[in-house]
Amino acid sequence: MGAAEARLFAEQGATVVLTDVQDELGHKVAAEIAASGGVAVYRRLNVSDESEWEETVGWVEAQYGRLDVVVNNAGIFSGRMGRLSDYTEQDWDRVIAVNATGVFLGTKVGARSMRRTVTSEVRGGSIINVSSVYGLVGAPGEGPYPASKGAVRSFTKAAAVQLAPDNIRVNSVHPGFIDTPQAASLMDDPVERAALVERTPIGRIGTSEDVAWGIVYLASDESTYMTGAEFIIDGGITAQ
Amino acid sequence: MGAAEARLFAEEGATVVVADVQDEAGAEVARQINDSGGSARYVSLDVSSEAGWTGIIRDTVQADGCLDVLVNNAGVGGGDAEMVDFTTQDWDRVIAVNATGVFLGTKHAALAMRRSGGGSIINISSIYGLVGAGSGAAYPASKGAVRSFTKAAAVQLAPDNIRVNSVHPGFIDTPQTGWMMADPDIVRTLQDRTPLGRIATPEDIAWGVLYLATDESSYMTGSEFVIDGGITAQ
Repeated sequence: MGAAEARLFAEQGATVVLTDVQDELGHKVAAEIAASGGVAVYRRLNVSDESEWEETVGWVEAQYGRLDVVVNNAGIFSGRMGRLSDYTEQDWDRVIAVNATGVFLGTKVGARSMRRTVTSEVRGGSIINVSSVYGLVGAPGEGPYPASKGAVRSFTKAAAVQLAPDNIRVNSVHPGFIDTPQAASLMDDPVERAALVERTPIGRIGTSEDVAWGIVYLASDESTYMTGAEFIIDGGITAQ
Repeated sequence: MGAAEARLFAEEGATVVVADVQDEAGAEVARQINDSGGSARYVSLDVSSEAGWTGIIRDTVQADGCLDVLVNNAGVGGGDAEMVDFTTQDWDRVIAVNATGVFLGTKHAALAMRRSGGGSIINISSIYGLVGAGSGAAYPASKGAVRSFTKAAAVQLAPDNIRVNSVHPGFIDTPQTGWMMADPDIVRTLQDRTPLGRIATPEDIAWGVLYLATDESSYMTGSEFVIDGGITAQ
């Protein structure tokens, strides 16, 4: 999903710094964007490490002078679709570290940089945190994942309130079932896929682009009065 | 607010039908849009009249071939009397415009959109469809009705490729709220309650309404689009 977002931001004229721990893939996406006329670079970043965030954001400031937008998109599943009682504390810690702590650190370090470089009456910063429908309603499987996504939802609102005086907006995005490489184990199984389509009023699985458009909207000046909002892109799942 | 939406839609290339009971103001908005190169016409419509809706939608489809988007924007405040002083007459009037109007608009637009293969319906609710209002009775009730009705419509109309979303503005500077916005003390209080520290413009809301009308939001339905400067995040 991050790849689709990076492409769309680049198409809209943004200078994109892609970060991930999947170096090969990250370099490939950045190269593709550059090849089609956009501006993108890849840098390795473990989102659960504060010093790496400092280093990345410091590099962005040195290179480009300012940071306008942070999309906290990194997220993982535990890899088990078990019942709550099957999860170990290690599973929990690993998912929370990336999905929740990562968002906290990205928001914190990102907001500090925005305060230094972009905040003004005319142009503020925008931080977009990717949560999930499972930050809103109960998930049938998984344990740490919904907890982490609920953390993103509430943390986003707190950040929105606290950073509003700096003209930094913070919103959460709540995708439904999206066809991404990470969800391939579900999406490639015809039975699982049919069940997910069945649960979605719109009757199709979302694409990464469906979500990317919402994120671009939240980054743009068209949404300058939105902060602390839940941007739900779920084909109607949670409206049921 | 409807004027700002009409202008923005026209700027983006839409053919806009402006409907209201304020004939003079409505006709003026349409005229301004046409003068600046857009395409708009004004039709008088009482949104609480089903016959009115049947007529306007029939005429629109006849004139333009199909109906792609409906924005149910009409709304009245009903005054700021406390709940215990609120009269049934006031209640009925506010519910008729704010809630029944949205129901009728959605119903008749959906019937037309079904025939043409889909569309997007945007219903204007309010933050007072989400959280408790400090005064009034019918207004928050009507806006809550819009919120829940929108979700039901989204679920029921999804098979027809019709999306339905609600928009929840915070405090906005519109002609309708002019009496509040003219009072510096009230403005200051409203600003203090808004984390972003400013009152919204009609354009702030219009951008969101436009987004929900476009293909960029084609996977959004039944959602609450909150444009409130952070009020309900507190």
